[in-house]
Amino acid sequence: MTISALIFLLLLFAAFSYFMARQKITTAYRQNKQPSKIMTLPKYFGYVAALCSLLPSLLVLFVLQGVEEPYINSEISSFIGSQNIAASDDLDLYLNEIKSADTPEKIAALSEEKQAVYQRYHEIETTTQRTITAIVLSLAILLVIWGLRKINTETPARKVFEKIIEGILLLAASIAIMTTVGIVFSVLFESTRFFGEVPIMSFMFGTEWSPQTAIRADQVGSSAAFGAVPLFVGTMLISFIALLVSVPLGLMSAVYLSEYASSTVRAVAKPVLEILAGIPTVVYGFFAALTVAPFIRGLGESMGLSVASESALAAGLVMGIMIIPFVSSLSDDVLSAVPQSLREGSLGLGATRSETIVKVLIPAALPGIVGGVLLAASRAIGETMIVVMAAGLAANLTVNPLEAVTTVTVQIVTLLTGDQEFDSAKTLAAFALGLMLFITTLILNVIALHVVRKYREQYE
Amino acid sequence: MSLENTENSMNNTELVKQSLKKRYIKERVFKLMGLFSIATAILFLLILLVDIASKAMPAFSQTKITLPINLDAEKLGLDVSSSKQDMMGADFRTVIRAALLKQFPEVTKRKEKRALYSLTSMGAEFQLRDMVIENPDLLGQSIEVDFMADDDVDAVIKGSIDRNLPESDRRVKDQKLSWIETLEQSGQISTGFNWHFFSSGDSREPEMAGIKGAIIGSLYTLLVTLALSFPVAVAAAIYLEEFAPKNRFIDFIEININNLAAVPSIVFGLLGLAVFINFFSMPRSAPVVGGIVLSLMTLPTIIIASRSAIKAVPPSLREAALGLGASKMQSVFHHVLPAALPGILTGTIIGMAQALGETAPLLMIGMVAFIVDIPQSVVDPSTVLPIQVYLWADSPERGFLAKTSAAIMVLLFFLVAMNAIAIYLRKKFEKKW
Repeated sequence: MTISALIFLLLLFAAFSYFMARQKITTAYRQNKQPSKIMTLPKYFGYVAALCSLLPSLLVLFVLQGVEEPYINSEISSFIGSQNIAASDDLDLYLNEIKSADTPEKIAALSEEKQAVYQRYHEIETTTQRTITAIVLSLAILLVIWGLRKINTETPARKVFEKIIEGILLLAASIAIMTTVGIVFSVLFESTRFFGEVPIMSFMFGTEWSPQTAIRADQVGSSAAFGAVPLFVGTMLISFIALLVSVPLGLMSAVYLSEYASSTVRAVAKPVLEILAGIPTVVYGFFAALTVAPFIRGLGESMGLSVASESALAAGLVMGIMIIPFVSSLSDDVLSAVPQSLREGSLGLGATRSETIVKVLIPAALPGIVGGVLLAASRAIGETMIVVMAAGLAANLTVNPLEAVTTVTVQIVTLLTGDQEFDSAKTLAAFALGLMLFITTLILNVIALHVVRKYREQYE
Repeated sequence: MSLENTENSMNNTELVKQSLKKRYIKERVFKLMGLFSIATAILFLLILLVDIASKAMPAFSQTKITLPINLDAEKLGLDVSSSKQDMMGADFRTVIRAALLKQFPEVTKRKEKRALYSLTSMGAEFQLRDMVIENPDLLGQSIEVDFMADDDVDAVIKGSIDRNLPESDRRVKDQKLSWIETLEQSGQISTGFNWHFFSSGDSREPEMAGIKGAIIGSLYTLLVTLALSFPVAVAAAIYLEEFAPKNRFIDFIEININNLAAVPSIVFGLLGLAVFINFFSMPRSAPVVGGIVLSLMTLPTIIIASRSAIKAVPPSLREAALGLGASKMQSVFHHVLPAALPGILTGTIIGMAQALGETAPLLMIGMVAFIVDIPQSVVDPSTVLPIQVYLWADSPERGFLAKTSAAIMVLLFFLVAMNAIAIYLRKKFEKKW
């Protein structure tokens, strides 16, 4: 029986349970001589009875499903071992070939030996699935009967039901933790495998990056180099350009919008900033690569400078524009959190508006603004599509914004897209880079969120 | 003493008055700087939109070449009763080539012939084949058919290849140009709205590439994202706002949510690759995996929006419900949640718009493959709109430049539509408590 059919059946049982329990309680209530003692609506008894069979059997079903595949694999491998069949070196590949034979033609195309394995595989699979179905269905039926017998008017049905719901809500809230744990484990696990092949020191401090390994040992570049320093420098260079653009422009926009602008200007400018924030990064990347980069190149050449066609400047500029709304809305938040009394005090002493802003508001809001800048920096470091499309692939160790540099995110994308085996040092390197990226942005985010929160508390 | 004082204050007043002019100038400069910042942002947005829209225009029309076709049943080896399979295999290319040769009988050399045959698109034979399959009665008749022109012809007609350039600098050579002009004069070249762009999947040929596959892929991905992230996010927001006790664990959850909102999207892609594809061996390139990854990504956005919507519901509503004997759970689900729903929906739509534009994590889980077929379910390999943009932007063929811009226009259209719905919902159901 397929999973979906099984789940459907379980739902059917639950529905049956619901109606029976409700019926039972309604009848009991009718016969009750003291209506004032009735505290709980009959439907809650139904809910409890239904969940009592549904939740455990679903849980068992998923656990069994999870162990099914490893079990079948181990059974098949032992069968292969016992038959003395020379499976190819890669057992996974061998099993995959057998499992993917789902049409009669494909089965016929298998060799005789493999057909034997296929027969065995088919048998094991069928028995396992029958066993799972039997276990889950009998459990569900038992629970339905048990629940219906147990439930009576004395059961605190509403409280039990609400506890279950609260548990489910808590589970939903904990998914955030599970996601973080999943991220940490997935990048950490693959990274440790990478650092088993490449020493961590030569990764962190090496200055040469060429992940391509030649196919033959006697070719040039037969050993790959995984020195990530050029990537770190490139990332920082592009992020620095982006911040150089976005921080002054974003901050000044926020100041202008919150302190000077008339309501009509605000009505136009705010949506524009929101649109800028909502444009997908791939669009910015396309614009950077096809419009801004050639423009900067032409401009540089007319001034007698040699500009790479994938210059760091183009990617950084466009990324800076992309971050403007982010900086501006964060600064807007912190500026409006500064108490009105500070503003009025300064203006009352005869300061002009700009003097108030520069000498009173911005110093008062500085922690919040710094937090915002840190968040913007973390955004710039983790930004992918703009640099993938507009920055280069060559790992040049340079701080010249007119040359092409590559970044951590660009390398992750190039290492992981395209065909390659998963266990090579090349793909594992992407996870090591991902780990660096995650740690850096995590530190920036935690500091920034902490600073912003402390700052808010100060004026609350 | 008093005299001196007056003199001093006189001086101070003088000083202030003298410095006033300078200070006012500074004030004005400062204000102008603010205005300049805003103007830069607006100007940039305008340049971006105009640039992309102008590049996209050619992709929305398609040049067609009308050719008289003689569907000689014998030559094709078909008759009215032929099966569909026979028709699929029939050689329609020769028929089209014959029609082209009939138009320009002077062409005899091999090389010239090849150039002549490349006037129509590579897809022309499939177009003819599909017509015949749909209506087998056409066999044996002579009909006029509008064939899709090759992208070079298309470029000449739309003027993106300049006819006045010297031949050596021009992609389309003189001879081909003269054919095109002959066809033009005889009225056999027409341009119309490019429906094909919206009704077909990806292709290596720019004139045949369409965006339907990517739109459907995006739709499936978003459906999965919505189905997963909406219930979970609302449940999490309700718990954190209404039920959560104040303790370390809850603080930890909140820190995690805030931090996840700022984790780079590509890291979620690494998670998807390592956990869902390698560990759970889910299908690569499938919308279902993309949807799961995107829902983890949009979860913080929706949770934060839902929390502020729930927070905005006045306590009096809760207290009234509790006062009438409702349990905490009943007061939340019967009264607070319905009142907060418009705000939650707005936040969800904005989260979905964010997911629609997301590219990097989907690159990691292999949705970057070249896929011609239109996906039929959430487990079929497919691509999404932003990745289609990325793929086409990478293509060297110049015909794809317009296609890329047009795909961006379609993507932006969907984003604008979603945001407009969000704004409408907010305006319509917004309550002032």
